[in-house]
Amino acid sequence: MELLRETPLIGRHREQKALLAPFGGWNMPIQYEGGILAEHRWCREKAALFDICHMGEFLYRGDIVEGGLEDVFTFSVASIQEGRSRYGFLLNEHGGVIDDLIVFRLAKDEVMIVVNAATADNDFGVIRSRLKESANFSDISAATGKLDPQGPLSRDVMTDLLGRNIPSIPYFRFITTDILGSKAIVSRTGYTGELGYEIFLPVEKTVELWDKLLKDPRMKPAGLGARDLLRLEVGYSLYGNDLDETITPLEAGLEGFVNFDSEFIGKDALLRQRSTGLKRSKVSFRVGSRRSPRHYYEIWSGDRKVGITTSGGFAPMLGCGIGLGMVSPDAAAMGTELTIRHENVSMPATVCELPFYRGGSVRK
Amino acid sequence: MSNMYYTKEHEWVKIDGNIATVGISDYAAHQLGDITFVELPKPGKAVKQFEVLCAIESVKAASDIYAPVSGTVLSVNETLNTRPEIVNESPEESAWMATMKMTDPSEVAKLMNREQYDEYRKGL
Repeated sequence: MELLRETPLIGRHREQKALLAPFGGWNMPIQYEGGILAEHRWCREKAALFDICHMGEFLYRGDIVEGGLEDVFTFSVASIQEGRSRYGFLLNEHGGVIDDLIVFRLAKDEVMIVVNAATADNDFGVIRSRLKESANFSDISAATGKLDPQGPLSRDVMTDLLGRNIPSIPYFRFITTDILGSKAIVSRTGYTGELGYEIFLPVEKTVELWDKLLKDPRMKPAGLGARDLLRLEVGYSLYGNDLDETITPLEAGLEGFVNFDSEFIGKDALLRQRSTGLKRSKVSFRVGSRRSPRHYYEIWSGDRKVGITTSGGFAPMLGCGIGLGMVSPDAAAMGTELTIRHENVSMPATVCELPFYRGGSVRK
Repeated sequence: MSNMYYTKEHEWVKIDGNIATVGISDYAAHQLGDITFVELPKPGKAVKQFEVLCAIESVKAASDIYAPVSGTVLSVNETLNTRPEIVNESPEESAWMATMKMTDPSEVAKLMNREQYDEYRKGL
């Protein structure tokens, strides 16, 4: 049996009566006492706090081009301005997604890479192998804590606690600031579709910051169950479901995060795929009832099986089931009528645009 | 003497003459988490004891609900179509799912009373 890793907040989660479950090799809070729907609503209306210490962080120091980092991801790292971050992919030679990640340009010669928990160890090896031997590259995950305050009131709570430099951070930018006497990064990013932040700080300060943020009655803890609903309602991909090593960014509908002017492993495969045409593509659909599609349900168009769902669930903001999937490209056209099937369950669905939910405060 | 009985699959049934009212236990509702959908059976549906009666979905999972006794569905709680969250709020009262006309009252012997059910749950 695999030994599950625990974040520094495991004691707090137990005190707050969290339901804990394995996620990416970690024992993580799925929900607290109030339940997933209440936490989801609190994040859409007020401010929710997520323990995201399980995610991986790597630090690169040195010249970006000379050390080889410029050619590792699907975008140019050198062109990211200091204080800004960019989302994109680490690909294999077939163009499949090894991971989706965010690169933070800390300084001219300093970059932080934030990756998914389950893939972190493998990512580190792959990135290391693509860098010049001289490159200074380290895994700082164990020393780094990460807390995500998310929700329309998160800016007010953060400003009251951390000071007046918080409101000036625009979307996909960050500041380096002092938190509880330590150097920390506060980034205006997240995974909920709401105004929010990702805070990176020394792991030993995590519990103290968690407690301080939750002293504010506008902020409540939320688990990974609510986080999954929140991300699905705005159509964000989840690695391991909607993305994996067999899916390319083009198939996943994420070509916008690939810069074909850059050089990277997998680029040739993507160019071939682009010229020969996609055999399957991402689809987003709404179910005609409160039924929830789930991972790996079959997708049918008329009497033809056209693909599978990769994510699905009940969308509280829409009052119906929603899902993402991979289908034959002809079945992904807007308005196409589909049937989602699993065992004896069958639910009618209609292809729709993303995001499913458009009322979020993410850019406010 | 209580007329509520429970199944190993965590349904409850309340017996009143030959009428059985069916729902899921407070334990089951808590385990499932936030209920988002209840598929009610059609009135007139005939079902045997421990066969699938209808289905329920929560944020986390989809599950079948089994008939605690054999019989024919008489009526269903249509409020659950629009307010499935009642299953979490009042699983063993307001959130009854269906009433059935029982065909074999002796089947109750295969069910547990509250005390037996509480013992059974502790062993899970």
